[in-house]
Parts: sequence; structure tokens; C-alpha cells
Amino acid sequence: MSLKIDHSFSLSNPDAHQLSWQQKVAVVFGISGLFLLLLAAFNVEFPNKVLSLTIALGLICTGVIWYAYEAYKNELEGIKNNGVWFNNLINRGILGYGLGVLITAFYIVLYFYPEYLGFGKNGEPNTGLVALFDPLSRLLSGNNASQWFVYGVLYTLAILLFGYKFLKKYRHSKYQRLRTFSVMFFQLGFAFLIPEFMARLNSESFSLPYYDLKNIWPLNYYNFEQYRVNEFISAGTIGLALLIFGVASIFIITPILTYKYGKRWYCSWVCGCGGLAETIGDPFRHLSDKRLYAWKIERWVVHSVLVFVVLMTTAVIHSYLGDDGSRYWLTKSTFLMLVVGFLTFVFGWTMLFRRQELGKDAKLGAIGYFVIILSLVGLHVFYDSPLFLFNAEALRSTYGFLIGAIFSGVIGTGFYPIFGNRIWCRMGCPMAAVLGFQQRMLSKFRITTNGGQCISCGNCSVYCEMGIDVRAYAQKGENIVRSSCVGCGICSAVCPRGVLKLENKSTEGRINSRDILLGNDVDLMKLVNKS
Amino acid sequence: MDHVVIIGNGISGITAARHIRKLSQKKITVVSSESKHFFSRTALMYVYMGHMKFEHTKPYENWFWKKNRIDLKYGFVTSINTSHKLINLENDDALSYDQLIIATGSLPNRFGWPGENLKGVQGLYSKQDLESLEIYAPGPDVCRRAVIVGGGLIGIELAEMLHSRKIPVTLLVRESGFWNNVLPDANSQLIDQHIRAHGIDLRLNSELEAIKSDASGRVNAVIVKGTDEEISCQFVGLAAGVSPNLSCLKSSNIETDRGVLVNRFLETNIKDVYAIGDCAQQREAIGARKSIEAVWYTGRMMGETVAQTICGRRMKYKPSHWFNSAKFFEIEYQTYGWVFSKPKDNHNHFHWQHQEKPIAITIEYHKDSLEFKGINTFGIRMRHDIFDSWLTQKRRVDEVIRDLAKANFDPEFFKAYEPMIQLEFQKQLQINAPL
Repeated sequence: MSLKIDHSFSLSNPDAHQLSWQQKVAVVFGISGLFLLLLAAFNVEFPNKVLSLTIALGLICTGVIWYAYEAYKNELEGIKNNGVWFNNLINRGILGYGLGVLITAFYIVLYFYPEYLGFGKNGEPNTGLVALFDPLSRLLSGNNASQWFVYGVLYTLAILLFGYKFLKKYRHSKYQRLRTFSVMFFQLGFAFLIPEFMARLNSESFSLPYYDLKNIWPLNYYNFEQYRVNEFISAGTIGLALLIFGVASIFIITPILTYKYGKRWYCSWVCGCGGLAETIGDPFRHLSDKRLYAWKIERWVVHSVLVFVVLMTTAVIHSYLGDDGSRYWLTKSTFLMLVVGFLTFVFGWTMLFRRQELGKDAKLGAIGYFVIILSLVGLHVFYDSPLFLFNAEALRSTYGFLIGAIFSGVIGTGFYPIFGNRIWCRMGCPMAAVLGFQQRMLSKFRITTNGGQCISCGNCSVYCEMGIDVRAYAQKGENIVRSSCVGCGICSAVCPRGVLKLENKSTEGRINSRDILLGNDVDLMKLVNKS
Repeated sequence: MDHVVIIGNGISGITAARHIRKLSQKKITVVSSESKHFFSRTALMYVYMGHMKFEHTKPYENWFWKKNRIDLKYGFVTSINTSHKLINLENDDALSYDQLIIATGSLPNRFGWPGENLKGVQGLYSKQDLESLEIYAPGPDVCRRAVIVGGGLIGIELAEMLHSRKIPVTLLVRESGFWNNVLPDANSQLIDQHIRAHGIDLRLNSELEAIKSDASGRVNAVIVKGTDEEISCQFVGLAAGVSPNLSCLKSSNIETDRGVLVNRFLETNIKDVYAIGDCAQQREAIGARKSIEAVWYTGRMMGETVAQTICGRRMKYKPSHWFNSAKFFEIEYQTYGWVFSKPKDNHNHFHWQHQEKPIAITIEYHKDSLEFKGINTFGIRMRHDIFDSWLTQKRRVDEVIRDLAKANFDPEFFKAYEPMIQLEFQKQLQINAPL
């Protein structure tokens, strides 16, 4: 796996880790399976689609599972990070960049040129790779495959197969095992099978939108678009229930769960993006940027995306609502008042009760964005300019292109080997911004630092996929309470001294900065630590 | 404006510098010939093992020092002139100081073994040691076997490191069990088993006689004392403890014994000269502590304390209850209070061990008053603050056992062993834990 180039990356010899013959064969299996899919993409006609797809996916599954089994078979339980920084593939070496280019290219084709995968546009029959998946799609939903079905199958397989590898790697940690079972379950059931089966229920008279129930707005930024809302409403009680569930997910369920457990309940236990990052993305977790500078950029970018999605969604909903209150209670102006009222409430509450917890840039950002949003609404109300200056469709398509496709897909996954596995979650995900805000301001969750036991070794920071400099807190004896923490628990797992524990406890004393650590003179601690 | 000069940029010296900066506007200079920036010595092993890169061992980003006006001077101190308040550096450079903190750390022990200075014979303490390890033991092709001398914390770390590069390792331990001068027998045996489970050739009751070399002056074998067995090897790790590094004090009038002698205020015999960390030796040991404490945590605490004194709030070094931790391959170890390898007079040990897994605790307590004295834990994480307060309250051992779950710090969903421990406690002591 290593090229000599690696000498520049480390003091150390990169050739220490070699694959067993079983692993080599497993790699051949996996690559062969992928190669068959590639051949299909290049329109090679396979005689029997069912058999060909079975063989291709079978080879991939066998390859990954066998490889993972062999990798940890002779190892005692424990942390398995030997040689991580010597490996070209996961250390921004030639192989890493190569992989990044491949994934990025795949995403560009997937989003913008699905016909290259064989997707039949305008109702034409599928060819190539997409056609290969037709039988499986018909088996599940009764319909032919689309490029999204192909993607869904591969995505789910990635989480399941590399979830198996992760389970092997962290088999000593029940927290890690349960969390991984959870993301595997939600991906297979909620993201993949249930929507396919729901599609089976559709008929001439009854139709539900494709709905992954755990995919919550604003991550699921299109959930309240007109065509979906129309479908929900026309599907009777079930549809209405789903629509109400969609609204309740973000405004009721999310704050309650995040208060109790932190944002991890979603980001590293349920979410599909998180699921991919935690399984196939796990080998890249150490690549996240830990510098203070990166954190500053992150705060601006991720919250700007959140503002963008709020504006876009408001504009879109606003655009299809009516003006006549006697026909339906929710009119354009009522809706706008609700949005402004809600934003004012959140802004006011934060400024009144959590002011002291905001950094200078956070205050500036919050006030700035709040003023801008209010002025835009004011411009619309008093001067009749289009809401938020652009028409709703322009905002929607721009968001869909920039954030939905480029940021979350092309960069978010394609750049795993460059920026680490959580670059989207950290920099781009508006859902992470919402949950992070709740986690930072109103939650029982924290990572507790165990007294004075930290030795500043830095394992926690290196393996934090969100780029949090965990050590900076731990070595001060301070609990880690950060918006971005997804609660994956790896910092706690890799700590050699038992310093870190994820837990939900009283909000009292949750943030506990101190100068003198436990273990020293009690009088000195009292004198210096203000608490 | 006073100029504080600190010799040594390890955890002790840097903690002192940071706290002096918090408390004062003094000019601060930290001198080191080991590395430009502070790094975590305890993390060197992870660099060799590929868990992290050297830059990751730095707890503060490079801009931190300038922002906090802590000047870093890369240089080697050759001598200290206390009458002129000067330190002399290599290349005829010199620095004058108003207050001087000596935080020079340790050097690996060498006991005069024949061949101990050969190429490929070294300890593991400094960044330079790590670099030399990369030359002499980068992998199994260059180093077909390594021998490590010393069954302590550094010895087992070196074994784990070399093992991670697939280099066969022989570990020579003088005692009858790993770290048996500190750990009770049962704890030692647990670690012995674990070391062997990794395929390490662990030799107990074995001492080094001599080290032999090839024609180029490079180690090629060691001789074991008593048996005269010759073990062919290309690398020898010296891990038989460390001693204070006093190289820059030789010609000065600062009083030394094995370390730099200090009083409880960490002051040496010379006014305005202080010593902290591994290199400092207390004139009188504090409680059950050793007079020289070469531990990360004590270095940090001395740094916190001396900063107060230097900034005008003269303070005794008065550490609270003893604590420490380590990791032996996969087994995490923590200790709070005192557990001795053999129970002190009128003390007993309570020991519990899991039947299959490497999980155990040993508690030392007073056999009459039942006062809890300390705990060793293996494979279970415990809360520092809880044990610290229990030790302050002088809790009884049965109370500690009763409330053990409150002190548990294992990750969520981990199996709780407290019921098994409580059952074993009742069986061994015939005491029902109080309700």
C-alpha cells in the first residue's frame, strides 16, 4: 500500500504494514466486482442481468468482509491505529488523491450526467449500469431503476460492509458497536427499504413522495417543496401524518432529543451522511484540520449555509401559499409572520440568556444575519420587492446546485481522502448547525474530562473527525462542550489514560474552565480556579 | 521588567511559563536543545507506531508562543553562573536572568554495562531517541530482534512500539514480574500474561550482563546474567529507569544530590533559582512520595506551583492525593492513592480479577480501621475527582466498594463489573457492604 514518497510524511518507515495473501485475494475480489459495474457503465451487455448483478455485488461484499475479517482476526481487542500515518491511501498520498478524484468524478456524473450511467432520460429504457439494477429495483419497488436507486444500493452497501469492518475494529467498545448497528439499521431500513416499499403502495389514486423519514429538514432541504406538500396532502391521513411528522421532527423531536443526548442521537446514530462517514469514511477521520483557523472558517460557513436554507425554504413555501385567509388559514403573510416571529424568539432568547456563551464573531454573525433577514422581509413587505430579492425558484435551484449537489455530494464525499470524512458535516450541513446550536446552548451532553489525568498526547485531537482540538480542553481539565461534536466517542476510545467520557448529566457545571488541575494543592486550586 | 529564564521545554517548564504569563508581565524565555516547540513526551511512542505525526504531539499551535510572549530559544546550556545571574549556551551565547527555573528532565539510566554506549543501544526519552530508533530499528529487515532491558513503563512502551513494526522483542525484567516493585503480584501477573499474549519474549528474573557488537561498533547480541545466554539482536532498549539530567549544573554552586535539591517551595540553595519536574529532588520526601518524582503530572503541578512563587505569591509544593495512569498494550491502568507492591504494615489488599478478560482491581486498606488507602484498576476507568474526595474523607473500604459504581468512568453501555466486585468483596472479607 505504500509508496516511497511517504518518507516525507513521517520520521518513520512506511513499509511496516503489509497485507496477508488472504487480504490480497479479498482486494482482487472487491476490485473485480467494481470492475464489472464499471464495464456495465461502459455499456457492455451482460447476458443475464440478474446473474451479473449478483456476481458483481457478491464479489464486492465478499471482498470487503473477507478483508475486514482478516485484518483483525489475529489482533487482540483494542485500538487499531498502528501505521495509520504511513499509509499512502489514507494519508493524502498519491493513492489518496487518486481515490478522491475517482469519487469526485463519480458524483459529478451522478448528479449532472446520469445518462452516462445509463439512465434513460424522458422515459427511455435504461441502459448500462442503471439497467443492470433494473431487476433489483423492480423486485423492491416495482419500478425500473434510476441513477438514484443505483446510488442508494451502493451507499447502503458501503455502510453495511464497512460497518462490519468498523464493528471488527472496535469490537471491544459496546458504545461503538451499538452506534454502528444503529447507523446500519437506519440506512438499510429507513433510507433504503421503507421508501422503496412505500413506492409499492402507490397507485393511480394514491401517491406518497419518496420519503426517508429520518432525513429531516434542513438536511432534507426539499421536504417542503410544493410538489411534495401537494402529494402529502392528497394522500389523505397517512400523507398528512407524514407532513406533520416532517414539521414535528425539526421543531419538537429534535430539540428534545438533543437536550437529552446531544446531537449525537442524530449525527452519529441515525443520519445517513453520518453513517457513511462513520463506516467507509472512518479510515480518513484523522485528516480533519485541527487548527483554530479552521474552526473560525467552519463557524462562518456552516451557519451561513443554515441562513441560506432558511431563506430558501421560506421563499419557496411563501411562493406557493395563497393570499386568501378564508380558503386556507396559512397565507403568505401569516407564514411570513410565523417565520419572523420564530427567528425573533430564537435570537431574543439567545441574546438574553446565552449572551455570555457567544464568542465575539458569533455575536457579530447572529446580529448581522438577523438584521439582514429582517431588512429583506421589510423590503418585501413595505416596498414589494421579491422576497429575499431573488425569486424562489432561483434560490431553490441555486441551493440545490451549490449545497445539495456540490457541497454535500461532490465535495462532502469526494474529498474524504483530502479533508477527512466529516467535511460536509462540519462545514456544510445546516442540520448539524441547528443541532449544534441546541447542543451548545441547551443540552445535558458533554464530554467529561477526568480530573488531572490528561497527558496531552493528542490522540483525541488527531482522531476527532470534526477537527475539534479535544486535547486543548482535556489538558485544562475542562469538559468539552462544542457545537460541532457529533459524539462519535472515538476520542474517548483512543485515549490511553481514560480521560474522556461522553455523558448526559445535569447542565449545572457543564462548562467548567479552570486553571489548576485536580491533583495539586487544594488551597491553590481554590485560590486560582474561579467557579 | 524581570526576566524569567526556564531551562527545558517539557511539561514542567512550559506549565511554569504559561502560568507566569497568566500572572505577570515578566519577560519569559524558555531554552531547549531538544526541540523548538513544546511537545508531549508521552506521545513519542505514537509517532513511531504511526498513530500520529510528530507535529501532532505539540499541544499548542506554533503561533501560541509569540501571542503569549513566551520566547523560545533553541540552544544547549553549558553552564550556569549564579553569581552573575547568567546562563551560558553553546557557541558563546549567554542569557542573563532575574529568576531561573531548572526543568531539565531526566536521562535514561546506564549502570555501567559493558557495551552500553554502542550504536543501537539507547533509551526512549527524547525526540532524539525517537529519531535514533528510526535509524536502528525502523523495521524487521534492519532489526531482526530487539532486546529491552527493564520492566517498567518505558520498557513496555518500547516493546509495544517495536512490536507494532513487527520486530520480535525480548524483554529482560530483573524482578519476578512486570513492574513488580510497584505493582502487587496479581497485577504484575496480569500484565505478564498480556505481554506474552502479544508474542513478546518476556524473561523474568533476568538481568543484562553485557552487550556485544560487530566490527562496525553496532550492537549484535546481549549476554544474559547468570545463564550466559547470548541473544542475537540489532537493537537494545535501555529502560531501567531514569535519573535527573544535571549536565548543565556541573560547575555551578547549585546544590545537587541525585537531583537538584529543593525545599518545599521548589527553591534551590541559591536565591532566585528554582528546580521543578523530573530533575528536582525534595530535601525531604512528601508523604509516601519519592523525593524525585519523574511523572508527567507532578511536573505539571510543580510548574503550576512555582509560577505562583515567582509571581510574588510564595507557595509550598503541596500535591494532593497521589494518582497516575498508564497503558500496557491494550490494558489501561489507573491508580488513586497508594497501593504498594506488598501491603504496608497493618494494611491488606483486596483483589478482584475477571475470570477471562484482563480486568482487575486491587485495593489497599487498613485492616483494623478499614480505611481506604488506594486503588489500582486495570481495564476499568475510574473518576479522579470521586477518588480524590473519598481519600480526603478517609472513607472506609466497604463504603468505597458499596459506591464503586459512582466512580466508574467507562464509556456508556460498557459492562458494569461492580456487582461481581461487591460479591467477591463480601466473600473475601466476610463484610456486607453497608447500605
